[in-house]
Amino acid sequence: MRRLLPLLLLLGAVAEARESGFALMSPETQAMQRDDDANPAMLWVEEGRALWESAGCSGCHGDVAGMRGVAARYPAFDAAGGGPVDLAGRIAQCQEARQHRMPFARESGEALALAALVGLQSRGMPISPPEDPRLAPALARGEALYRERRGQLDLSCGQCHDENAGRRLAGSPIPEAHPTGYPLYRLEWQGMGSLQRRLRNCMTGVRSEPYAYGAPEYVAIELFLMRRAAGMALETPAVRP
Amino acid sequence: MPSVRAALILLLLAGAARAEEGLPSLTGEPGDPDRGRAIVLSRQRGLCLLCHAGPFPEERFQGDLGPSLAGAGARLSEGQLRLRLVDGRRLNPETIMPSYYRTEGLVRVGPAWQGRPILAAGEIEDVVAFLLTLRD
Ligand code: HEC
Ligand code: HEC
Repeated sequence: MRRLLPLLLLLGAVAEARESGFALMSPETQAMQRDDDANPAMLWVEEGRALWESAGCSGCHGDVAGMRGVAARYPAFDAAGGGPVDLAGRIAQCQEARQHRMPFARESGEALALAALVGLQSRGMPISPPEDPRLAPALARGEALYRERRGQLDLSCGQCHDENAGRRLAGSPIPEAHPTGYPLYRLEWQGMGSLQRRLRNCMTGVRSEPYAYGAPEYVAIELFLMRRAAGMALETPAVRP
Repeated sequence: MPSVRAALILLLLAGAARAEEGLPSLTGEPGDPDRGRAIVLSRQRGLCLLCHAGPFPEERFQGDLGPSLAGAGARLSEGQLRLRLVDGRRLNPETIMPSYYRTEGLVRVGPAWQGRPILAAGEIEDVVAFLLTLRD
């Protein structure tokens, strides 16, 4: 029963309304995300638009509007790697394999700008994880990582985000951890960050050693979180406190 | 076979009963409630207010993942408080309250924290001494 319980809770949560972290924000921060002129993340989107041309993405892909729906179905199976690749990883692959150039580093302004631009093309669309059986092992790994207690504080993701979502950790309401808005502008960072940056924050928060950017563990967790959030609307580029 | 089971159950019950009695002092020295108060309020050391509220009106941002610390010293004995700080999992294996005096059985602890409990023995005694002053 103890093993079944999280699953039942999760199914329960899926059946009931799930809630984006957006719902927990102050009206001012919500307004900032709603208004493209006030949303600081749009600066990265604009940089992404310039890079789309100057870095040569448009040469193969044409107008970026053709990327509609793409961000909603990542991570996807990558035959070359034999496992899932996230959107940032796919962009880096294009640069490396097709353009024969050094990809922009993860979390660099350029990488975040391109991911934000591509993500924006799917804003409002439902998260639609691919039904690909080859993703099953990574999905299971992601769920196991989500449920594993870790760090000196010995807490799992699920203990905060399933069992205590909506309660207050000191001053902050704990969101349900849906990856709906990434990359996003976080007021505490005073900058843009990917989902992996967010996961690192939660890991160091429990005094656990984070993985290196791009690690398969993060991609597996993202795969699980996207499955858990299937059907929820993408908000990229979001704002968070 | 049934007698083995009965013996096991007895052993388990004895363990639980002993656990409920609490733990003896970790240092043999009385703790200092003032130092304990500073630890409990500190967001870097005790971390208690991440999850608990308490009778600390000057503190903003108190959590509500656990019960209020108000009255803890009236509800629980010294040994019971110490047991909950040292390793609350002995009472509730699913508890989210970290074990403040445990180093084994942890996964991927960050290098800065490896091999160290969250609080040292003397700090635990200070926190226990402070919690005992929270009578209502
Ligand atoms: C001790 C509690 C705690 C644990 C454990 C924890 N988180 Fe979080 N998480 C938070 C809080 C609080 C926030 C909200 C951001 C903030 O204010 O710091 C958050 C934010 C998030 C978000 C962003 C949601 C949004 O709306 O943008 C994601 C995704 C997330 N966490 C995933 C995880 C994963 C995956 C793990 C495990 C590796 C984890 N968290 C572990 C407390 C926790
Ligand atoms: C990550 C969350 C968390 C942190 C941090 C935390 N606690 Fe707790 N604590 C809990 C929860 C939840 C309970 C409820 C009992 C349970 O779940 O086993 C609890 C129970 C207690 C109790 C028993 C209360 C009662 O009335 O039965 C005491 C006393 C206590 N905590 C003190 C502390 C002190 C002191 C600190 C810091 C040094 C601390 N806690 C840090 C979550 C936490």
